[in-house]
Amino acid sequence: MAVKNLLQAINEALDQKMEDDSRVVVFGEDAGYEGGVFRVTAGLQKKYGEDRCFDTPIAESAITGSAIGMAINGLIPVAELQFDGFVFPGITDIITHMARYRNRSRGRYNLPVVVRFPVGGGVRALEHHSESLEALFGQIPGLKVVMPSTPYDAKGLLISAIEDPDPVIFMEPKRIYRAGKQDVPEEMYRIPIGKAKVVQEGTDVTVVAWGPFIRETQKAMKLLEEKGEKVSVELIDLRTISPIDEETIINSVKKTGRFVVVQEAVKTYGPGAELIALVNEKAFLHLEAQPTRVTGFDITVPLPRGEHFHFVQPERIAAEILKVAKF
Amino acid sequence: MLLKNYNPLKGKRLEILDAEGNVINDKLEPKIDKETLLKMYKTMTLGRVADIKALQYQRQGRMLTYAPNMGQEAAQVGAIAAMEDRDWLSPGFRDLDFMLYRGVPLRQVYLYWYGNEWGSHYDEGQKILPINIIIGSQINHAAGLAYASKILKKDEIALAVIGDGGTSHGEFYEGMNFAAAFNAPLVTIIQNNQYAISTPRRKATKAETLAQKAVAFGAEGIQVDGNDVLAMYVAMKEAAEHARSGKGPVLIEAVTYRMGPHTTSDDPSIYRTKEEENEWAKKDPNARFKKYLIDKGYWSEEEDQKLDEENNEFVKQEFEWVEANGAVKLEDIFKYTYGEMTPQLTEQYETHKKFLEENEGK
Repeated sequence: MAVKNLLQAINEALDQKMEDDSRVVVFGEDAGYEGGVFRVTAGLQKKYGEDRCFDTPIAESAITGSAIGMAINGLIPVAELQFDGFVFPGITDIITHMARYRNRSRGRYNLPVVVRFPVGGGVRALEHHSESLEALFGQIPGLKVVMPSTPYDAKGLLISAIEDPDPVIFMEPKRIYRAGKQDVPEEMYRIPIGKAKVVQEGTDVTVVAWGPFIRETQKAMKLLEEKGEKVSVELIDLRTISPIDEETIINSVKKTGRFVVVQEAVKTYGPGAELIALVNEKAFLHLEAQPTRVTGFDITVPLPRGEHFHFVQPERIAAEILKVAKF
Repeated sequence: MLLKNYNPLKGKRLEILDAEGNVINDKLEPKIDKETLLKMYKTMTLGRVADIKALQYQRQGRMLTYAPNMGQEAAQVGAIAAMEDRDWLSPGFRDLDFMLYRGVPLRQVYLYWYGNEWGSHYDEGQKILPINIIIGSQINHAAGLAYASKILKKDEIALAVIGDGGTSHGEFYEGMNFAAAFNAPLVTIIQNNQYAISTPRRKATKAETLAQKAVAFGAEGIQVDGNDVLAMYVAMKEAAEHARSGKGPVLIEAVTYRMGPHTTSDDPSIYRTKEEENEWAKKDPNARFKKYLIDKGYWSEEEDQKLDEENNEFVKQEFEWVEANGAVKLEDIFKYTYGEMTPQLTEQYETHKKFLEENEGK
């Protein structure tokens, strides 16, 4: 067992899968020699050679599109897109091909591809470097969408993603790349895709969050505690954005009768809307209060001097939990 | 050597047969055995009949949208005949004859156009990607196939096929550049059929030729008479050899003409003249190849007549099979979205199945 941050845990997962399976290749803009702009792939080219860990031309369609051909022809590509906002030039091949290939060919071709990229705000970056795209990818049939919240989960989920027979969008919350360290087992282990995790059991309010917002919600819970508010929160880490683990959420809401979603993404048509619809469809008669969501606003992510208004802060989460608990 | 002799920047075009089927470049005439030549010709004629009948079926309301290949048979058959079965094909959507030559049953390609995904489930041994509708992407997919061939040290190349219109697409440039940067064994054929639906080639790019675009990638490029099946064969043989030997990608521009509409929804009389169509009809790839075969003593008008009747009967039977077997099962539209159906899909499928059962006959 070694103590690692989220970024190191991802690096270890890539390293171990490359060691374990010679078909695994890792590539992207600056992902080879330099090890990526965040150094997630550091050391891999040196260890596995330029054929298996390489820099690509700056051409996102070529990255996602060539990954399709590589997967069909016997490789297991782990493609890196440098930032969330750079996903768009490469999105044609993800949405119009990668997600559809199995269905289009009625199972003749499956694409074991992972597309990784850093997501979300919180690092005071330039425009196009702070986007939250869960809903966009979560809406595409044929894709699985994952976002870890801890180093432990990051390693286990990434190993599962690489071994998955379907394309997996692996979103890395960049604001917590180096935020905290945790014991991460040295052996390979897997966390199943499609399963949420109850981070903390509680009886009053179910809060669903994912990625960096597990940490932010925990801060909110601490704030409530400091204020002497006695609210028993059941905190669920969604872990997989798509497919949603309905069972874990519905079971929790049946117990608490109250439901709050926390997301960084814009409000309208966001994941929160889907989760609230789910609760309404499957736990309506158990509800004690209207299900609500704490979200970003329906705006373009502001440049760093204004982004604090937009990004959900623990204070807003705490206020919402309290409001729902006291309804 | 051939590639060096046909520098696309110097306005050269590879031709072996003229429009009448006479050999005008006997030094380059390929030595192809009779059996192969006849297989090539039979594929071209079958493709032609399959197109004509598909258009008829569509007019009768029996077929859906269909994109005919008429006029482009030589560009397709010449190229695929020069490849090995172990090589990959990454097609666009107007590429029937590539598939027929490889042994994909016509009924299967028809099934696709009939509106059933099983039409793209080729047999396990067929190294062909599904028909690609979003033009441009097939170049990137082929670049990925070729990259994998290279690093896994497989003795194979990838052929991507695109039209003149598709070369305006970013993915064409990204894919060619990617393959060239890694010396991946990719050959791309541009079937320059003069139109991107209604937009003429001249309005889509200022470049004198499409083959010259290879220069910017650091790849080889060659312009070929795409209605000359022998020239296409020779160009592809050379290109495949070049790519296979690790020298990187080749771009072949096949100058041809789409004799039919873009698809069954298109009316070419809006954007091109009868005179132009008549001019190109004189350069028909099938007619000139037939003349070549007859001149060689490999074929006769009588055999041709008989073949045409056989083709018509065969195509009719293939389409009737599709009509009898083309229905889609409810289960199938859910089952292949993921390796295993998600709980959500299972619930949606079960619910809808029940709904249909309960409402059957109501």
